[in-house]
Amino acid sequence: MKDVSFGQYYPVDSFSHRLDPRLKLIFLIAYIVAIFLASNFYGLALCAGLLVVIVVVSRIPFGKVLRAVRGVLFLVLFTAALNILFYNGETVYAAWWVFAITKEGLIFSAFLALRLVLLVVCSSMLTYTTTPVSLTDGVESLLTPLKWIKLPVHALALVMSIALRFIPILMDETERIKNAQKARGADFESGNLFKRVKAMVPILVPLLLSAFRRADELGDAMDARCYTGGNGRTKYKKLRFTWRDLVAFLAVAALITGVVLMKVYLPAPY
Amino acid sequence: MRIVAEHLSYVYNARSPFATAALKDVSLTIEEGEFFGIIGHTGSGKSTFVQHLNGLIRLPSSLKRYKKKKLKKGQLPPPETVLKVGDIDLGDKKTDFRALRKHVGMVFQYPEYQLFAETVKEDVAFGLKNFSKGLSDEETERAVKAAVEVVGLDYEALKDKSPFELSGGQKRRVAIAGVIVTRPEVLVLDEPAAGLDPLGKQEVMELLHKLHSEWCKTIVIVSHDMDEISENCTKAAVFSEGSVKFVLPPKELFRHADELTALGLDVPLTAKLCAALEKRGVSLDCDLTVNDFVEKVLARWVAQKKGDNA
Repeated sequence: MKDVSFGQYYPVDSFSHRLDPRLKLIFLIAYIVAIFLASNFYGLALCAGLLVVIVVVSRIPFGKVLRAVRGVLFLVLFTAALNILFYNGETVYAAWWVFAITKEGLIFSAFLALRLVLLVVCSSMLTYTTTPVSLTDGVESLLTPLKWIKLPVHALALVMSIALRFIPILMDETERIKNAQKARGADFESGNLFKRVKAMVPILVPLLLSAFRRADELGDAMDARCYTGGNGRTKYKKLRFTWRDLVAFLAVAALITGVVLMKVYLPAPY
Repeated sequence: MRIVAEHLSYVYNARSPFATAALKDVSLTIEEGEFFGIIGHTGSGKSTFVQHLNGLIRLPSSLKRYKKKKLKKGQLPPPETVLKVGDIDLGDKKTDFRALRKHVGMVFQYPEYQLFAETVKEDVAFGLKNFSKGLSDEETERAVKAAVEVVGLDYEALKDKSPFELSGGQKRRVAIAGVIVTRPEVLVLDEPAAGLDPLGKQEVMELLHKLHSEWCKTIVIVSHDMDEISENCTKAAVFSEGSVKFVLPPKELFRHADELTALGLDVPLTAKLCAALEKRGVSLDCDLTVNDFVEKVLARWVAQKKGDNA
């Protein structure tokens, strides 16, 4: 349980950590667009290259980044396997019943797998380098135009930041309750699926209750500090663009240009 | 059941930048029949230690330990870690940990937060049903009734109530009943009085003494409250930064008042007074409970009065 570090903020000081969270969010979207725009390995290589630069600059240990990939490893392998077996290619290496392993299939599944890995790594880079608080500030700021159509942007951002903040707390709580029930002889490891699901009840009920209790307490604490919502609320930390943001902007813009150019001038199939 | 731990170490998040040593070479023996206190500051390793006692934290197998550290020439092998509860060897991979947990009951901090069932009766019966499969309904009910009554609650009035309707103190009692219902030989409690008012604390401690004489042979409590330990325990171990500093009967603790203060622990009030009196040449042989202290001081005072009059 404790190993679920996917997406948790990694506290070091770096170029990437100091970027404006609004821009980081936009860059993430732009980067994902670039990944999907890329129609061949040249384009993806360009994306991967930029990502490597981002990882190096952010001073996040490489193992940590790989661990984010490990979380979706099953998904990546599963889609790759499906594509290898079912892709309709021309150069057939081996065939059996409805399955066929083809050269095109192998290349295509490698392409897809790389795309997925890049997707996961770039999104976890955002959460590794941005605290939940500044991420929420960024989201709130980006969504501000939606206030116009009466969307409670501030409340939404608050909900998001509380949810993020509570993930590790509830994780610890789960561990504690699990241990307490194990001490009373609960068995979570054996039995068929139905039995195992049923065995979760002694964990889920106390966990839910504790989530409600914490929500209540947090609500009271916010009331006690005169929280009244977003109207007229000022910010302690104002978001400002700096030279770093300009550099990052240029890099992402160059990436998109590069990917489009590769798409047009090097139209190799993968 | 005698509990023996030798050279026990434990590291949280091993092999990562967040690695923290929670236990460093802890050796401790808890004899059967003791009311044992474990005292220490937050992060002293006391909770980690007691979680070993019923296998919630496991020892790495001895094979792994030796492989990991290749010995240099002339270097002695590290001392063998031993952890035994009665005859059960917790270092053995084949140990049946569920059987162990039946003998070693564990009450966590704020145990009322582990209640989950629809009725008090069902909740208390949870552990019993897990450990003793094939028990008849009457036998189960009899055991549950006995456990609920020994913690001082009215079984008939509460058995069909939801545990969530009860008051805080009642919930904690129900949770304790849910652990002792299997009649464990060793009962471990992590901060059993945390979050209770002074009266509630006293009631919990009285309950533990009652359990100690008629229900569980050995009781181990973890606490950071010196007064709680000195009032109740037959022996106490002081933990600090993952190692055991002293193991003493509480009445000798005050002799280490300065060291305890240096470890950031408070000294029992009675111990402070004893130490102050000793400095002025009055030595009292008192067991540090408030009652005994008052009695001894009064006796001394009366004796002195008589001496003055004579």
